[in-house]
Amino acid sequence: MSATKSLSKEMARSARKEKWERYVAALKYAKYVCFHPFDGFWDLAHEKKGSIAAATTFLVLFLITHVLKLMYTNFQFITAPLQYVNVFEQAASLLLPFLILCLGNWSLTTLFDGKGRFSDIYTAMCYALVPYIVIQLPLVFISNIIAFDEAAFYTVLMSVSVVYSLALAFIGLMQVHDYSPGKTAIFVVVTVLAACIIIFLILVFFSLLSDALSFFVSIYREVAFRLY
Amino acid sequence: MKANIRILALVMAALLMMSSVSSALAADDGYASSYTYNYDYWSDIRESPDAYRVNNVIYSGDLSLEVPMKRPQSLFVQGDYIYVVDTGNNRILEILRDGNNFTLSREIKEIAGTDVTALNNPNDIAVDEEGNMYIADTNNERVVKVDKNLNFIQAFTKPADTTFDQSLSFLPNKLVVDNSGRVFTLATNVNKGVVKFEANGEFTGYVGANKVTYSLVDYVWKTFFMTEEQRAQQESFVPTEYCNIYMDEDSFIYATNVSFSEYDLLWDNAQPIRRLNGIGNDILIKNDRYPPIGELYWQETMTDYHGPTKFVDITVLENDIYVALDRTRGRLFGYDSQGFMLWAFGSLGNSEGVFASAISIEHMGKDLFVLDQNEGSITVFVPTEYGELIYDASEAYLKGDYDGSAALWEEVLKLNANYNLAFIGIGRALMRQENFTEAMEYFEMAMDRDNYGRAFRLWRKIWVEENIGWMAIALAVIVIIPLVLRSIKKKKMEVEAYERNQVVK
Repeated sequence: MSATKSLSKEMARSARKEKWERYVAALKYAKYVCFHPFDGFWDLAHEKKGSIAAATTFLVLFLITHVLKLMYTNFQFITAPLQYVNVFEQAASLLLPFLILCLGNWSLTTLFDGKGRFSDIYTAMCYALVPYIVIQLPLVFISNIIAFDEAAFYTVLMSVSVVYSLALAFIGLMQVHDYSPGKTAIFVVVTVLAACIIIFLILVFFSLLSDALSFFVSIYREVAFRLY
Repeated sequence: MKANIRILALVMAALLMMSSVSSALAADDGYASSYTYNYDYWSDIRESPDAYRVNNVIYSGDLSLEVPMKRPQSLFVQGDYIYVVDTGNNRILEILRDGNNFTLSREIKEIAGTDVTALNNPNDIAVDEEGNMYIADTNNERVVKVDKNLNFIQAFTKPADTTFDQSLSFLPNKLVVDNSGRVFTLATNVNKGVVKFEANGEFTGYVGANKVTYSLVDYVWKTFFMTEEQRAQQESFVPTEYCNIYMDEDSFIYATNVSFSEYDLLWDNAQPIRRLNGIGNDILIKNDRYPPIGELYWQETMTDYHGPTKFVDITVLENDIYVALDRTRGRLFGYDSQGFMLWAFGSLGNSEGVFASAISIEHMGKDLFVLDQNEGSITVFVPTEYGELIYDASEAYLKGDYDGSAALWEEVLKLNANYNLAFIGIGRALMRQENFTEAMEYFEMAMDRDNYGRAFRLWRKIWVEENIGWMAIALAVIVIIPLVLRSIKKKKMEVEAYERNQVVK
């Protein structure tokens, strides 16, 4: 009895260990994606080299980077009125568009023979955020040891991080869906439109919902008024 | 517990009463209070103590004028005399100021020693230090120079030059005179800039023409969609005329401009205030985050006023501090020589210290005079303690008295803790005293990047020099020791391999 128990415990531990090792490997795989994006994204989607857990880690790190950037970048390089900044609002203002864009892309490409599933798109997009995190986090520190007239250094790295991430996202979409570059470019544009439509639908849904609710509330009030 | 709360409540009540008493005391200084403000780094409006208060308002009755002022257009100050150009009555009033007494010293309606003696619709005047007067005698189509006894000396008339359209009348509207007697005048219908005459009366060209501005939409429409006839009928794009000019002590012309599109104002293409050098280039210094355009927001529906600030006149005090008068809101905007806004106050209205239709501004020392063309009145503003402190602090800094300037800025901060210039002023003084960390704190509070960067670099240099010792050691520990260890390891392995070989042999 106790032997089987310890055995199952042992198995559970080894399973957990294996899981952890897979997670760490998936995290480490980001380096390969950054430097070999075509191979990297292909294997990410088709050989299961990445994982959703690792991808989510990158997304969370991305949001944390953004917040840290707002809070700790030296005032010489950022013009955020800190007294009005709400950290959660800032994080949400990046997270929601990110998710809506992934959703928009998935809902379109799935109709136009894109090979990627939603989880593939999500994973690829999160891995594309890695250069942004890796460059911008040190920049928060660097901003505090350079002066305003040395800003060229800072701004160049800043734009490199953004361009790098955007390029990775583009290649990622291409490889995940097995599209040509031209087709990917078209779908990037259409994805933005789709995101707008999704936002519109969400707004319509909520406004109709509130209308419907207020209708029932007013019926209840009317009835209550008549009865008493 | 309950007793504690009761005591707390009592203390709170006492504090409240004290604060209300003290604020009542502060407000009741016997003068009408006006709403003075400044913009902070985020271009939010920050209320401030009054920089100026109304000393008195001079009406026609106060000067015992038989005929009240009618549509007066311009003010000029020379020494203790204030000149009011009473355009509607074709006369100029000379007022002597003696402390708070303003008395009419003479009425100028006619000059002597020339054919046309009566002034006809005069619009502006300038008086030099000897008392010679230059009068823009508009409807007589001349600028006339007379001595202090009103004897005719010289007339500046329509330029006989091909650049001046001879079919137009020469209608000098505003004028300034430099130290060597050159006359600069703005003439109606002349859009080539400021008309310039040498002291001998010779016309020598135009200074500082406004650039031609037109919107992209206009251009595209005119170029591609209009027929030839339509194009011929529509007037061509022409530069706009200046509204008013002022000559500072260094003979630079300050010009204001009121015809621009709002869009240009936002991107500082309109440049409503300019400082023109000899060849007509704008050399106004603009170091603030926003250019000197007066009001930064004018689209708000909450206010009664609409449209952007239109500077109708400008005057330049000592130390290149300039005050511009906004006719849209009847408001005065003060800027320092670096383009930082000092304060703004005034509005439209009918009571003391506000204007029905402000048209001209002048200064005597630090006192300001504002002419109201509808009321026919001159409002005399004198600086408050707060206003004086701001002037003194910037003057002390310009003179090189940095400690004195910092002390004065501290006083300003006591009266207005939101005053950005004071933080910068103290920071600069601290930087001169090589107290960089504190200077950086002050610059950060004022969000002054340039100065912060400067102080930071100096501080960083000192910090590195002080800490270079252990930094070198740290570098050695991180880089050199692993290298040494690696080479030792390599040597060891070589020795081992050699020994193994020996054994095999």
